[in-house]
Amino acid sequence: MKICVLVKEVPDAAVEKRIDPSTGRMDRSGERNLNPYDTHAIEAAMQIREGGAVEVSEIIAVTMGPGTATRALQKAVSLGADRSLHLTDDALVGSDVAATGYALSKALESESPDLVLLGQQSDDGECYTIGAVVADHLKMPSLTQVIKMDVSGGEAPALTCERQAEYGYDTVQITLPAVISVGDAINEPRYPSLKAIMGAKKKPLQTVAAGDIGIDPTLVGTDGSRVRCGDFHDPPAKSAGQIIEDDDTDETVAKIVAWLDERKLI
Amino acid sequence: MPDVLVYVLHYEGAFNKNSLGAVSEGAKQAAAIGGECHAVVVGGDDLSDELCKTVGNYGAKKVFRAQGAEGLAQPVIDAMDKVIGDHGHSYALFGGGLLGFEIGAGLAARRNAGVTMEVIKIKVDDAKLVAERPILQDSKISDSHYRGDLGIIIGRINAFELAPPTSDVAEIVDVDVDYSPWSAQATMVQRGEQRGADVDIEGADILIAGGRGLGKAEGFELAEELAKAFGGNSAVAATRAVVDAGWYPYAAQIGQTGKTVSPKLYLAAGISGAIQHKVGMQSSENIVAVNKDANAPIFEFSDLGIVGDLNKILPKLTAAIKAKKAS
Repeated sequence: MKICVLVKEVPDAAVEKRIDPSTGRMDRSGERNLNPYDTHAIEAAMQIREGGAVEVSEIIAVTMGPGTATRALQKAVSLGADRSLHLTDDALVGSDVAATGYALSKALESESPDLVLLGQQSDDGECYTIGAVVADHLKMPSLTQVIKMDVSGGEAPALTCERQAEYGYDTVQITLPAVISVGDAINEPRYPSLKAIMGAKKKPLQTVAAGDIGIDPTLVGTDGSRVRCGDFHDPPAKSAGQIIEDDDTDETVAKIVAWLDERKLI
Repeated sequence: MPDVLVYVLHYEGAFNKNSLGAVSEGAKQAAAIGGECHAVVVGGDDLSDELCKTVGNYGAKKVFRAQGAEGLAQPVIDAMDKVIGDHGHSYALFGGGLLGFEIGAGLAARRNAGVTMEVIKIKVDDAKLVAERPILQDSKISDSHYRGDLGIIIGRINAFELAPPTSDVAEIVDVDVDYSPWSAQATMVQRGEQRGADVDIEGADILIAGGRGLGKAEGFELAEELAKAFGGNSAVAATRAVVDAGWYPYAAQIGQTGKTVSPKLYLAAGISGAIQHKVGMQSSENIVAVNKDANAPIFEFSDLGIVGDLNKILPKLTAAIKAKKAS
């Protein structure tokens, strides 16, 4: 079984995110890191490999992004991927979520995976949906927010997935190939060993451009995107609340009680 | 005609409130651009004529009904693809929730359409719909303008209000759908399983909500003690992360896939305040947050925020409230 894990480079959580007024796009400069949600997808792939129900031939980290995105791939490799595929092309800049999903699906198509895993969301764009876009292009079933996943081997490998939906927990059986986005409750990602971190740069990293994998240039980039975002404005102002730094807990508690009492909440 | 097609989710013979809110919104926006609002439902025998025509109460003129698997995105994508292909709707609208996100995104791929998620407001510009979505942890709003034949709008949960029902009924149109082979690859084994004890958080006046910051399942004892100190109509609620981790029952979950509450007091202990949680509690009358991380987003929408260690603060607060009550 071949597993592809979609990963993304995102601004470090500690960096304040902002819109670049000159381009109208998110300013993605500054400190970058592997999207923390993606580490759960890599861990899920590793657990399938280690679980032994099916034989995993390869785990491949796949990303689309600028040159710096290789760092996210190296992190993914240090966490267990065998090699990585980097789709990078100026023609892809400005792609919306649908165009990005299309481009990623072409990259994945070139690998013919049995299973595509990804994290539940990216730390920056907050879209939650790229898996569903990718799946429809690949003509595969898809499930998002999966918090438990059991693999059964045999003639037709299948997954039994659990997740929370509108009315409680759903259990869904899926035959492969499939696209699964995992929730962060699915596992506790391991820390990479020093050896794995050092070795990551030596693992194969293939770089491809849009034309190499048959991406239709009219369907990607700013011009190929069907949504134009802009006119950024502020949400309705909400008066800022009162903040207490807890230096002396007795004093803090007295303040809370007084605040609650004033509002007749006790 | 610029018609709007709304997906309406149902479970055990009842429509989803967020979906019906989207029908209300769809009817309003379709009228503004000179079109009609239609609904689409996919499921089994519980989609009776009696039930289906009630989407007309919220403004849908027609309801397209397809027989198919429930609770999964792919069959609905197939059904909506067929309906839009035959009819030529200009917009597809979803009331939020997990399935709406999956269907909307898959439909965007299928029909090469633009998609915007987490939409909180729709407006009309030059006879076209424009979707407003908050970005950057809700600190800015971005406007989405659509190009092409179809625009897909996925609402944030609770974004679209249910209009008062009228006595209008929708015309039922049965649709035959050839489901994609990959739709058949997924099978629902069990839907809507409830896990853990049944607790009522929706009726509570005072909610003490716990998140990951409680550290472990036993940490909820602090929240329970505090709720007990308040007495009366108080209860303990939880975030999705801790429910998924098995620390607290599903019935107590607040947020996107849980319950929506608006108590008199919402005290959040060890909750960072992710958007998915915020949508379930932001209309609470008074919000108090205790968190050790001064940068936690929850402080941005709290009325009173305490930066500190909840293990130190909660027990003392519990004692102080007990003392106050006794005095």
